[in-house]
Amino acid sequence: MADVMTPGLAVGRLAAEELAANFEDLHPALTPHEAVVAADRCYFCHDAPCVTVCPTDIDIPLFIRQISTGTPEAAARTIFEQNILGGMCARVCPTEDLCEGACVRELAEGKPVEIGRLQRHATDTLMARQGHPFARAESTGKRVAVIGAGPAGLACAHRLGVLGHDVVLLEAKGKAGGLNEFGIAAYKATDDIAAREVEWLMGVGGIELHTGQILGESFQLEEVAGSFDAVFLGVGLGGVNALGVTGEDLDDVVDAVRFIAHLRQSKDMSELPIGRNVVVIGGGMTAIDAAVQSKLLGAQSVTVAYRRGRDQMGASRYEQDLAASRGVNLMFNVQPKEAHADEDEYLAEIELEYTADDGTGLKGTGETVRLPADQLFSAIGQTLTLDAGLELDGRKIAVGPTGRTSREGVWAGGDCTPGDDLTVVAVAEGRDAAMDIHRALMA
Amino acid sequence: MADLTTDFLGITSPNPFWLASAPPTDKEYNVRRAFEAGWGGVVWKTLGAEGPPVVNVNGPRYGAIYGADRRLLGLNNIELITDRPLETNLEEMARVKADYPDRALIASIMVPCEEQAWKDILPRVAETNADGIELNFGCPHGMSERGMGAAVGQVPEYIEMVTRWCKQYYDKPVIVKLTPNITDVRKPALAAKNGGADAVSLINTINSITSVNLDTMSPEPSIDGKGSHGGYCGPAVKPIAMSMVSEIARHEPTRGLPISGIGGITTWRDAAEFMALGAGNVQVCTAVMTYGFKIVQEMISGLSQWMDEKGHRNTADFIGMAVPNVTDWQYLNLNYVAKAKINQDACISCGRCYAACEDTSHQAIAMSEDRTFTVIDEECVACNLCVDVCPVQGCITMEAMEPGTIDPRTGKVVEKEYANWTTHPNNPGAVAAE
Ligand SMILES: Cc1cc2nc3c(=O)[nH]c(=O)nc-3n(C[C@H](O)[C@H](O)[C@H](O)COP(=O)(O)OP(=O)(O)OC[C@H]3O[C@@H](n4cnc5c(N)ncnc54)[C@H](O)[C@@H]3O)c2cc1C
Ligand SMILES: Cc1cc2nc3c(=O)[nH]c(=O)nc-3n(C[C@H](O)[C@H](O)[C@H](O)COP(=O)(O)O)c2cc1C
Ligand code: SF4
Ligand code: SF4
Ligand code: SF4
Repeated sequence: MADVMTPGLAVGRLAAEELAANFEDLHPALTPHEAVVAADRCYFCHDAPCVTVCPTDIDIPLFIRQISTGTPEAAARTIFEQNILGGMCARVCPTEDLCEGACVRELAEGKPVEIGRLQRHATDTLMARQGHPFARAESTGKRVAVIGAGPAGLACAHRLGVLGHDVVLLEAKGKAGGLNEFGIAAYKATDDIAAREVEWLMGVGGIELHTGQILGESFQLEEVAGSFDAVFLGVGLGGVNALGVTGEDLDDVVDAVRFIAHLRQSKDMSELPIGRNVVVIGGGMTAIDAAVQSKLLGAQSVTVAYRRGRDQMGASRYEQDLAASRGVNLMFNVQPKEAHADEDEYLAEIELEYTADDGTGLKGTGETVRLPADQLFSAIGQTLTLDAGLELDGRKIAVGPTGRTSREGVWAGGDCTPGDDLTVVAVAEGRDAAMDIHRALMA
Repeated sequence: MADLTTDFLGITSPNPFWLASAPPTDKEYNVRRAFEAGWGGVVWKTLGAEGPPVVNVNGPRYGAIYGADRRLLGLNNIELITDRPLETNLEEMARVKADYPDRALIASIMVPCEEQAWKDILPRVAETNADGIELNFGCPHGMSERGMGAAVGQVPEYIEMVTRWCKQYYDKPVIVKLTPNITDVRKPALAAKNGGADAVSLINTINSITSVNLDTMSPEPSIDGKGSHGGYCGPAVKPIAMSMVSEIARHEPTRGLPISGIGGITTWRDAAEFMALGAGNVQVCTAVMTYGFKIVQEMISGLSQWMDEKGHRNTADFIGMAVPNVTDWQYLNLNYVAKAKINQDACISCGRCYAACEDTSHQAIAMSEDRTFTVIDEECVACNLCVDVCPVQGCITMEAMEPGTIDPRTGKVVEKEYANWTTHPNNPGAVAAE
């Protein structure tokens, strides 16, 4: 049997119980008493700063007060009215950068109200009940195609469904959920929450899901735009940026998103091959997630190599500390130069070059360092792959404030449009586009 | 080190902290442990007349209300007086007193409102060597329906009559325990004084229903689906009790009558406040029922630290010190003008002061785009609401205006001289100031 010291790639480095413990919930559910105690810390601020920074504008003091008076179901309604993926957001939002970062108790004591966990308490309570909390309005007879069943598409489809429109949800993969299902770290989305949430959300009615439907392959934008009253694009970012270094084509140099997707879909973590020495290139949430999960699978040493300094890192300080606490080594100011193979053509080392910014942009200093690596994950960003003839803003689909694209009758939102690549942002954009579609269709 | 030894009616105890008559004092086992923990005295759980003892309910007898994190703020009970035979209690009292001669031991008594009943019990209590008696005229439930407890405490004539009997048949101090379930506590206090009482103690518990079970529609505590009003006590009643204590302490006819302060005392600070308002010592019940006997250690250390800091050598030094400052509204200085002031360094921008003042007070707090909150002196009436709702202690303060400056709200000069409502021009009954 393999263990942590087994050289190269190996499966089953850790015992089943240890693996199970490693992938337990990062932020476990609050017990009802813990929830009341946590809720009691909220000051019920006027024009609360936490709400101001929530991309979906959830009325946080109101829902917390509803928890503290023993009505978590009412609290959940307050949340779902603004954010139908409130359950997932409670688990995956970088709250330290959002609501909790703005909480006045963060400012006062460095200890914010635990908004995320309270949100989870409320949404879990309501979702555990039978039935869906919202009733679908009488059918309007309008048909909308929503392309991509990630957070943006789901939020859009749900809101349109509530408003009485008939939604056809076209998803490329065999399963809905988008990165909730394939991308988010396993310890943030335990108990199959992504799939359960999709099923629950569809309970509102009026939404027809078709999987295996790839825009640009199975059908074209022209066709849907012609046959539906409106179209929403929530296709996310399908591609990944290339490292652009020698050795990139070696077998064990892989795209981190693919590694994570594989991990998320795996029923048995002990069957996942993981290196003894893992290096992750990148500095965002994907890099951190790939590194932490490698460590949890039993890699002996895991290093995140980021080309700039700590402050510029996309991952929040909280995420960095999480990685460090799991034993991940964070290396700053290094960029990949070359991946070296051994005589059997297996990846053996990654050569990194130190970087510095003298004010004219980041440059390699010429000095290099080599780290042993039998698995290298690249997490240096994702790119839009869809070319539907729409106007772009940089490398994403250009949209107005409510998601209107350059093409009449076509809206877009989520990662494929400009703005932060976060679940909660995708939800807000999907919802807002749905409201605008509704206004346009009912005018 | 401050000396906490307290003399109350000639009864000395090593500190002013006594346990009130209640479950903590209802048997030898408890009282011995209380004395070992450091309590200065106990008022034994109320004794009834000879004969079969009263019975208690066999279901929940307590209900509670809570603050944050289930901190118990108010307790209510439907318990009666001791449900153990009189003889057992008397024997235990005698043994305990013999073993703890330096601690105060008071017998609490409630027997029917007949002279013979008191004549019978008093000599037997005297035999225990207890330091005095407390007449329970306060119990609001169960006993009052039988013409005892609060039923007596609500009729000043009865109080005076029973007190007189006690002074006649018993030669040690007699303390009359008052019920708060009346309109004006000065009346029963005066009756006790007229009857010859050596002191009053207050308050007993307040008629209350702590909660209603919305599933069964029964008040709590619920006995087989029904509830009854019970006696309310604990931190929630402290303000009511302190007001009653201060009324007796400053009312001319009752001034000087020794008071044993009771009601919600939980910390040394609560005790010091009661004593500043005229209580010669204090009694505690709910706090020990919540946390156990050990809290007396904090009360002792806290009170002595504070006394040392203030230079009080013994408790007599500060007892009643706040009484002269309790006055009637009409004598408050209307020329005193204050303004709220927000310390921007301490402010965490929660906006609670704004919501409170804007929605319910005088629209005297401005909120800027970047969430800076400032007081508008032109509007502030110094009501203190913002101070009360601000979650940061000391962040908002009330600053008195210097005499001679102009109050921007009224445009008037702040006068140096004291002037109250009795001479105010708006008062139809005003008397011209000399
Ligand atoms: C590894 C990783 C970890 C992350 N962790 C977090 C986190 O902890 N917290 C957080 O807030 N955000 C996190 N994010 C970001 C977050 O997942 C995304 O911002 C969010 O999922 C974007 O939602 P979306 O609906 O726009 O896109 P996606 O979730 O990418 O969904 C797009 C959907 O469209 C489908 N699709 C794509 N192309 C087509 C096509 N041509 N035809 C039909 N369907 C198509 C896809 O299959 C997919 O289902 C993470 C991202 C990654 C990669
Ligand atoms: C369960 C319980 C039983 C009580 N029984 C008596 C009693 O027998 N005699 C009495 O004089 N007061 C009795 N009291 C009243 C207390 O002595 C005391 O006056 C009251 O609780 C207020 O003080 P606290 O706020 O410290 O509890 C009882 C109180 C409680 C909670
Ligand atoms: S900022 Fe913090 S304390 Fe204020 S309402 Fe939001 S969660 Fe509550
Ligand atoms: S003291 Fe009263 S009136 Fe003045 S600012 Fe505060 S709440 Fe407003
Ligand atoms: S209530 Fe206190 S902390 Fe909150 S905004 Fe007002 S002054 Fe600042």
